[in-house]
Amino acid sequence: MQYSQKVMDHFMNPRNVGEIQNADGVGTCGNPVCGDLMTFYVKIEPRTDNLDMARITEIRFKTFGCGAAIAVASMASEMAKGKTLSEVVDLSRDDVADNLDGLPPVKMHCSNLGVQAIQEALKDYLTKMGRRDLASKIKGCSKEEH
Amino acid sequence: MIYLDYNATTPTDSRVVEAMLPYFHDISANPSSIHTAGHKAREALEGSRTALAELLKSRNDEIYFTSGGTEADNTAIKGTSFAQDKRKKIITSAIEHHAVLTTCEYMKKFGFRVVKVPVDHYGVVDLDFLEQEVDDNTLIVSIMHANNEVGTIEPLEKIGEIVHRHGVIFHTDAVQTVGKIPIDVRTSGIDMLSLSAHKFCGPKGIGALYVRKGVRFDPLSHGGHHEGGKRAGTENVPGIVGLGKACEIALDEMSAEEKRIRKLRDRLWQGISERIPELKLNGHPEKRLANTLNVSVKYVEGESMLLQLDARGIFASSGSACTSGSLEASHVLLAMGLPHDMAHGSLRFSCGRYNTERDIDKVIEVFPGIVEKLRVMSPLYRP
Repeated sequence: MQYSQKVMDHFMNPRNVGEIQNADGVGTCGNPVCGDLMTFYVKIEPRTDNLDMARITEIRFKTFGCGAAIAVASMASEMAKGKTLSEVVDLSRDDVADNLDGLPPVKMHCSNLGVQAIQEALKDYLTKMGRRDLASKIKGCSKEEH
Repeated sequence: MIYLDYNATTPTDSRVVEAMLPYFHDISANPSSIHTAGHKAREALEGSRTALAELLKSRNDEIYFTSGGTEADNTAIKGTSFAQDKRKKIITSAIEHHAVLTTCEYMKKFGFRVVKVPVDHYGVVDLDFLEQEVDDNTLIVSIMHANNEVGTIEPLEKIGEIVHRHGVIFHTDAVQTVGKIPIDVRTSGIDMLSLSAHKFCGPKGIGALYVRKGVRFDPLSHGGHHEGGKRAGTENVPGIVGLGKACEIALDEMSAEEKRIRKLRDRLWQGISERIPELKLNGHPEKRLANTLNVSVKYVEGESMLLQLDARGIFASSGSACTSGSLEASHVLLAMGLPHDMAHGSLRFSCGRYNTERDIDKVIEVFPGIVEKLRVMSPLYRP
């Protein structure tokens, strides 16, 4: 358990924990079989002219997982909050790990699911908006994680 | 600091440390040397052999000192395999320590077939399965005395009976039981037994293999006449002295200690199970090491509980994948039929010599809050 101080801070005091009633999008990545599972809830400020510029105004998460998984979810939620859809789609798991001052190598693969789960919530939002075409362009959870 | 990880290792008893100290400098000759200084070291070494033989009820010449439990396990399995070329089957259990499991796997390279006996929900080996598998082609059956993760104690005498009907060698990894519960190698049908000093308040880096007179095995290391030609290398005299002292203490105090520790362990279980809903006790309810409490906490992952406990100065262990360094949850809990999420959510408290009621009460005080905090965060939890 060689975690950075940042990881420990986000693990001990996770930001944005919880659920959102009537969320605009909900996304889940991971699997309890692997030991990590996270669900994100987002509220989106819509932009009918340009969906890419729609913004995440509120974000909450729930996580079943190790210390790294909880810290990743917390950090990813902070990074995504207030960002536009196109900005969030550009985020990578490496960005989250970097902002946490690194993760142990074994955790990079199994626990670093935050960005994917948020993107999965965006896919859900776009699908509900009737934009499957845009939703299908977002990667979301990768199958290899399961 | 509240240390509740005694199945991983134990603090060395200060009486053991004191007994060892003269053997680093004052009495530091090689026990193989024929001068007076060498004799003194030899005497100490043989004194420890006697102490260990007393604890196991064996003969002195059936004890071989090793670097620990892992080397003893390796010697038992490889040593008996390489000492013969007729029997080509090794039987072990699904819940062994990796020191046994990985060694058995390795023997496949040499043409051995390995069969793992399954266990029931409590972690007790399936004797009917064992009986069907033991045959005239079987060389050795290696089944642990008590499991390190859940503490379940295996029925050694019954296993010994089955095994010996076919002239098969019975080895047991008793690393978790020596010094904690009485063992009598004469009546239990054990042919080989592995033990380690640091699991019962002896020093690290020293252990032993008991081998019943007449059981043939090759040494792992060659290059000297030490330990009857069965373990080359200058003996770790301070370590062996420490092991001997730990055995003496165990002989004197084991039965009272077992009662005291069982009380602490049961107090902990009662305290947390009254305060935390949906806890599952892993391991046999009665036939279990007195110091071991393994629980699965539903909806929560083990490592996050360990970290939270750690932040409050409480040190325990878990069978979750995150703590094993691999991506797999505990093979022991999975073999016992636990679903993956319950295996990931397991926590092991193992008590020992220096724990007090106050330690236990502190855990009972803080643990429910930790579980609640993590459960509220869990997507699997619906209060």
